[in-house]
Amino acid sequence: MAPDPYFFLIIFCGVALTFPVMPLALAWLWRRFFQPPKPGPAKNATYECGVESLGEAQIQFHAQFYLYAIIFLIFDVESIFLVPFAVAFTGLPFGAFVAILIFLLLLLEGLVWAWGKGCLNWTK
Amino acid sequence: MAPQIDEGLRSELQKQGIWVTSMQELYNWGRKNSIWPLQFGLACCAIEMIATAASRYDLARFGGEVFRPSPRQADLMIVAGTVTKKMAPQIVRLYNQMPDPKYVISMGACAISGGPFKQGYNVLKGIDRYIPVDVYISGCPPRPEALLHAFMELQRKIDGQRLTGTPKADHLEATHPSEFPVPEFGAHDLQPPANPALFHPPEIHR
Repeated sequence: MAPDPYFFLIIFCGVALTFPVMPLALAWLWRRFFQPPKPGPAKNATYECGVESLGEAQIQFHAQFYLYAIIFLIFDVESIFLVPFAVAFTGLPFGAFVAILIFLLLLLEGLVWAWGKGCLNWTK
Repeated sequence: MAPQIDEGLRSELQKQGIWVTSMQELYNWGRKNSIWPLQFGLACCAIEMIATAASRYDLARFGGEVFRPSPRQADLMIVAGTVTKKMAPQIVRLYNQMPDPKYVISMGACAISGGPFKQGYNVLKGIDRYIPVDVYISGCPPRPEALLHAFMELQRKIDGQRLTGTPKADHLEATHPSEFPVPEFGAHDLQPPANPALFHPPEIHR
């Protein structure tokens, strides 16, 4: 009698199960017969640089930081976009020119806003 | 443990291509040839430790090249350098966070006893006041060869540890602690100044 054509799937599943389960079982047996587990407060602690962890991990940033986001967009992100714009300036179609102009105007609005808020004042 | 098989017979079998071993030997052989140190240095000894791990001295020959930045994956703590009192609690906590089996090499005069700063106010007079040390290396700082020697001594120690009977290896004893109390900053010194269960100051006989 010929073996079932899908018999290899059963073998495959068997190997796929044995492969991860065997080391785990060996580790469990080792723990059971030789090495007693020794958990403790420091060993189970979260942080691992030798310093005790303080406070919560889930902190929220204040909404006031939006000004930093605006400044970052204007002076970092915009400059990245401006370089390819300047390089390809002479070969740009009219539509692309208008698109980048809208982008610049939007950021200019942000610059005016940040300026008005006094973000650009140099603190002495 | 008495050898289960006669040494002569064993070498005779080995010549015929039959290798006889025991579980304990296999276990220790695997452990001693793959000691992963914790990656941290405290002072000038750390430079020698780095030199030991680098190409010229090549700690990798002994299976110790994988310096782990996390205590969870480390087997060996090389206390390389001056342990200030500010740093001592962190070191003890790092030791506590290492999984068993774990070993400590006290590298250099400072880690052993405080070294040239022993009379000072801010240096711990030996890391063995708080955690058990397996191998001490003298020197200020010890040369990389000395660290290699300490590594080989540690391998020898691991090779001699027993799985069963008494005395067993420390990490196999259920009663042997895996964590030691972390000292706290007191008004003038670390509190307690030493772990009384571990540290016994040398008695002076006059």
